[in-house]
Amino acid sequence: MTDYAKIAQDLDQRIAGAADLAALEAIRVEALGKTGSISELLKSLGRMSPDERRVEGPQINGLRDGVATHIARRKAALEAAELDAKLASEHVDLTLPPPYERKGRVHPTMQVLDEMIAVFADLGFALAEGPDIEDDFHNFTALNFPPKHPAREMHDTFWLPEDEKGERKLLRTHTSPVQIRTMQQGQNRTLPGWIAQGQAPPIRVIVPGRTYRSDSDATHTPMFHQLEGLVIDRDIHMGHLKWTLDQFIARYFETPSVETRFRPHHFPFTEPSAEMDVRCDRSGGDVKIGQGDDWMEIVGCGMVHPNVLRNCGLDPDEWQGFAFGFGVDRLGSLKYGMPDLRDMFAADLRWLQHYGFSAFQAPNPATGLS
Amino acid sequence: MKFTLSWLKEHLDTTASVDEVVEAMTMAGLEVEHVEDPGAKLAAFTVAKIVEAVQHPNADKLRVCQVDTKDGRLEIVCGAPNARAGLTTVYAPIGAYVPGSGVTLEARPVRGVVSNGMLCSAKELEVAEESEGIMELPDGLAVGQPAAQALGLEAAIDFEVTPNRPDWLGVRGIARDLAAAGLGTLKPDPVKPVAGAFPCPIEIKVDGEVCRVFAGRLIRGVKNGPSPAWLQQRLVSVGLRPINALVDVTNLITYDRARPLHVYDRAKLVGDVIEARLGRGSAEPSADAPSPAPHRDEQLIALDGKTYDLSAEMSVIADAGGERPIGLGGVMGGESTGCSEATTEVFLESAWFDPIRTAQTGRITGITSDAQYRFARGVDPESPAWGIEQATQLILELCGGEPSDVKVVGAPPAPPAAIAFDRAYVKKLSGLDVGPPRIDEILTRLGFAVDGDSVTPPSWRRDVEGKADLVEEVARIEGFDSLPETPLPPIARPPGGVLTLRQRRMRDARRAMAARGYAEALTWSFQRREWAELFGGGDARLVLSNPIAADLSTMRPSALANLIDAAARNARKGFPDAALFEVGPNFKGDEPGDQWTAVTALLAPHSPKHWAHSEGDPLFALKADLLALLEELGAPALQVVQGQNAGWWHPGRSARLQLGPKVVIAEFGELHPRVLKALDAEGPMLAFEVSLDAIPEPKKKGVKTKPALALSPLMPLTRDFAFLVAADTPAGDLLRPIQGADKALIAEARIFDVYAGAGVPGGMKSVAVEVLVQPREKTLTDAEIEALSARIVAAAEKAVGAKLRG
Repeated sequence: MTDYAKIAQDLDQRIAGAADLAALEAIRVEALGKTGSISELLKSLGRMSPDERRVEGPQINGLRDGVATHIARRKAALEAAELDAKLASEHVDLTLPPPYERKGRVHPTMQVLDEMIAVFADLGFALAEGPDIEDDFHNFTALNFPPKHPAREMHDTFWLPEDEKGERKLLRTHTSPVQIRTMQQGQNRTLPGWIAQGQAPPIRVIVPGRTYRSDSDATHTPMFHQLEGLVIDRDIHMGHLKWTLDQFIARYFETPSVETRFRPHHFPFTEPSAEMDVRCDRSGGDVKIGQGDDWMEIVGCGMVHPNVLRNCGLDPDEWQGFAFGFGVDRLGSLKYGMPDLRDMFAADLRWLQHYGFSAFQAPNPATGLS
Repeated sequence: MKFTLSWLKEHLDTTASVDEVVEAMTMAGLEVEHVEDPGAKLAAFTVAKIVEAVQHPNADKLRVCQVDTKDGRLEIVCGAPNARAGLTTVYAPIGAYVPGSGVTLEARPVRGVVSNGMLCSAKELEVAEESEGIMELPDGLAVGQPAAQALGLEAAIDFEVTPNRPDWLGVRGIARDLAAAGLGTLKPDPVKPVAGAFPCPIEIKVDGEVCRVFAGRLIRGVKNGPSPAWLQQRLVSVGLRPINALVDVTNLITYDRARPLHVYDRAKLVGDVIEARLGRGSAEPSADAPSPAPHRDEQLIALDGKTYDLSAEMSVIADAGGERPIGLGGVMGGESTGCSEATTEVFLESAWFDPIRTAQTGRITGITSDAQYRFARGVDPESPAWGIEQATQLILELCGGEPSDVKVVGAPPAPPAAIAFDRAYVKKLSGLDVGPPRIDEILTRLGFAVDGDSVTPPSWRRDVEGKADLVEEVARIEGFDSLPETPLPPIARPPGGVLTLRQRRMRDARRAMAARGYAEALTWSFQRREWAELFGGGDARLVLSNPIAADLSTMRPSALANLIDAAARNARKGFPDAALFEVGPNFKGDEPGDQWTAVTALLAPHSPKHWAHSEGDPLFALKADLLALLEELGAPALQVVQGQNAGWWHPGRSARLQLGPKVVIAEFGELHPRVLKALDAEGPMLAFEVSLDAIPEPKKKGVKTKPALALSPLMPLTRDFAFLVAADTPAGDLLRPIQGADKALIAEARIFDVYAGAGVPGGMKSVAVEVLVQPREKTLTDAEIEALSARIVAAAEKAVGAKLRG
C-alpha cells in the first residue's frame, strides 16, 4: 500500500520550503510533470482492477489536487514576494525637488484692466484704442482746452520736437483723445484698423491705454494707465453715469457695500463735471476700501461738453452722453495693495511674483474677477 | 488757498461749524485738501491767573505761584522772571503734552516743592518761534477759557480751486456759493465809493494786450506802519506774512475778494506817468542777430529781491516815460517803488491784466505769486472799480490820508453774454427733477440775472458759456446726491464678445506667456536714446523735448532694451534667472500708423542646479515657448529663415519666422554680446519679438464649427530614415518635402537625431527622421510601404540633395 498521506506530507514540506519560483517549478515537474511521481501514480490506476481503482482512485486524485493547489498557492506567494522585492528596490527619495519650472505671472495692472474690461463688457461696452503719440487737436483742442489755458499746464505734457510746419506732437496725457477719434464723423480712413474710427451714435466704448505726464513720486509715474469710458445716445443723463460708476465699483471691488460719493468737479471736456469718491479708511497707514470715515477719489467724469460734441460733428441738441476716466494702476493698488506706483514699472522679479497673477486667473462671470 | 471760519463769517451769516462748511464746500465742487487747526494741539491748555508768586525756598531763579485755574487754586513752580501776582497767562495741567518742548507733564517736586502743572511760554505753545517768559494775556480773560480761543487761533480750511472758478480764490466767492447751497445768507457788499478830494495827478497809459483796464488813485498824507492785530492775525491765519499796513491791505483784498492790487510809493516814482506795456528785452538773445536789439537787456529787480530779464511776451509796468520797469504787471511789483513805513503818498493800482499774458509772464519768470495765480485764471473784469474803493476805504481807516479822484483808463472785456435757457434741459441733461422756480432761485443766488428764457452770468463767471454750464450750477447746488441712479438702456451687443481679434490676441498672449513661465513686465515707452539706437531707433522726431530724465527721453523702437536692462538689474540684486515678457507698443515714427504692438520675451537662463542634471540648449526651450505662443494666437505655419536677423541678434543663433518671403512675424534667438555689453548686462540672453499686428486673421472669420474629424480605424506605422546631407543644410528643410511626398498618408515627420563624425563623410551630416504613416482606407501591403519609402527618399533628394545613408 502506498502511503499517500506520507507523499502528500513530504511534497507539502518541500513546496513550503521552495525558495523561489524555479525551485517550485522543479518540484511541480517532479510531482506533476509528464513523468512525475504523482503522474505515474495516476497512470497506475489504469492497471488496477475496478475494485482497487474505486479505493485508490479518489486517493490519488485527491493527492494530485492537493499538491496542485499547494503549488499554486506557493507560486502566488512567491510571485507576490518577488514583486514586493522588486518594488522595494525601486524606492526613490520623494523629498527631492521636481524639475525646475519658472512661475509665470500676469502683471497686476493688466489683470486689473482685464477685470475692468470684463465688468464693462457685461454692461455692453466695446473697446476702442488710439495711438500714444497724439497731436494737439485730439489731446487738447477738440477736448475744449482753450489754447494757452491753465488747464493745459496742469497736464504736465511731454512734447516731441517741432516739425516742418511748426507743429509739435505730444504723448497723450489722457485716454480722452480716443473719445474724439471714436466720435469724429468723416475722418481720415487711412489709419491702421486698430485705431478707433469715427462711428455714428449710439456709442458705448471703453478705452484702456498708456498715458503720460511729467510727474514722478510714490503716487505718480511719468507713464501710467487710464481707462476711459464714453456713452453717447439721445437721452443719456447724469443719473445713468452715476448708476454705471456705482455698478462698476461694486463689481470691481467684489462687494455690494462700497459706499460712494458723487461730487462736482471741473474738467474742460465735460459739463457738468464730477468726481466719485469711495469710502475708505486711511488710519492704519494703508488705504482700506469700503470702511472707515474717509473718502478716496477714484474717477473723474461728467457729461460730454457740447463743444466736444460739436468739434466731432455731433449736434449737442440731438446727442448727449457721459465720459469717465479711471487711473488703472491706482485702482489696482487700491484693490490689491501695492503701495508705491513706481514699483509697477520696475520689473523686479520678486515684486512680479508677489503681486502678479496666475495665467488661469482670468476674470470669469462664474468665478469672480480674480 | 486757505481761509478761516471767522473770515467767512464776514461775508456769510451762518451758524455752521467748520465741518459743516467743509462738507458743503466739497459737495458744491470745492475740494478741501485739509483743515489745519493750530489750536487742536492746545486743547488741554486754558487761561489761568496768578494770585500770588513768592521766591522758591531752595532756588534763586524759581518762584512758587498760587494760580487760579479751571482745576481750582493750584501751587505751581515757575522759572519765568515775569511770573507775578495778577498776571493772566496759560496753564497746562498734569498729563498735558507741551508741543514746544515735547514733554508730557508729570507731578513731581521741583527742588522740594511739588508743581501741580505748568505756566507756559509762547514758544512752548508753538505760537511763536522765540519768547521770553510765560505768556502775558489781557486781564479781562476768564479763567478756564481755552487758550486757543484766547490766542485767536483758528482752524484754516485749505482747499484746491479748479481753473474754471477764479472767483473762489476770494472768501466772498466761497460765501456766495455756500449761501446758495443753503448754509447761510450772503451779507451785503460792504464796499462804498470814496469821494476824491483832488484830481489824480498820475497819468495812466495801457497797452490792451497787457492790461484791459487800469484804475489808479493817489492817497496822500498816509501814515504807514505795522497793521493792527486783527489784520495781522487774519493774514497769519491763512499763511501770509504781515509787512506793513499798505501792503497788508492789498494782500487782504486779494484773499477776501480775489482782487489783487498794488501800491506804489509816489515819492519813488519817476515822472507822472505809469504805463502798462509789453517787455522790451529779448530773454534769449539770438546768435544770428546782426546787431543787438536796443532793449535786449531790459531787467527788473522784483519785490522778491531777484532780477528778471523782461522779454517781449511779458507784461511790464514802467514809469519815467515808459523807460523804467517798476513791476511785472499782475505778477509782482518792483523793489524800486515798493511801499515802506516811510511812505506818505501812495499810488494805488487796481487793474485787469490779460490772463494768458499773465500766465505766460509767470511761466517765463517762474513766479507764482497770489496775484499771478488769480490774474492768470481771470479776475472779475468789473473788479478794478470796486477794488480800488475797498482798498481806499481800508487805507483811510488804517493809515489816514486824503484820496484823489479815481482815474480809469481802458475798458473791461465784454461781460458774459446772455444764454437762452429752456429749464427742461436741466432734467434732460442731469436727470434731476427740479422745478423752474427752484432753478431760478439757485441761479439768482449765484449772481445770475434771470429774465424769462434768458439767463446772464455775472461778470465773475466767465466760465459759464452755455446751457450745459447752467445745468451744472443747478445740479451742484441742488446736490449730486439727489441724481437719480438710472440703469443704462439695453444695447445690441456683438454676439461673439466685445473684443476685436487683435484685442483678444493681446489678452491671450499675456495669459499664454504667463502659463509658460514668463513674468509680465510693464516698462516705460521711452528709454535712453543710445538704447533706442542699439535697436534701430533713436530718430530725432521721437526724442522728447522735455523728458523727465535723460534715460527716459526717446520713444522705444523695441521693448528689448528695457527687458534686457530689467533682467540685468534683477541679476545685480542676486536674481539672475529671468523670464520676462511685455505686450506693448513700439514706435517706428510719430504718426499713428507708426505704432505697432509687440509681444517681447526675454530669457536669461540661470536655472538653479538640479540633482537630475537634464539640461538642453535653452534656445530650443525659448523656441518652444515662441511656437506655443503663436499657436495660441492662431498663427498659420511659418517658415524659419536664418541669417537675416537684425544686427542686435547673435548671427549664428537667431532666426526669423516668416509668412511667405516678405512678412516677418517674429524674430528670435540669442542677443548679440555687443548689445548686452552696451546695456551692462551679463549674457547669454535669449529673446523673441512677435509683431502681433502682422499675424493674419484666420480665413474663416466667425465660423465656430471645426472641420469634421476623420479618425482612421487602422494602426499607424512608423518608418525611420537616415539621410546624408551637406553639413550646412538646415535639417528642418528636410521635413516639408518628406511630408509632401504623400500628404494623405504621412501624418508627421520628426527629426530625432543629427550626427556628424565617424562613419559620415566629411562635410556631411546624418539626419535621422521618423515618419509616421497613417493608412486611411486599408492596411498597406509591403509593396505599398516600399513604394512610399521610395517616394520619401526621392523627395528628400530632390529638395536638399539628401541621400539615404547606406
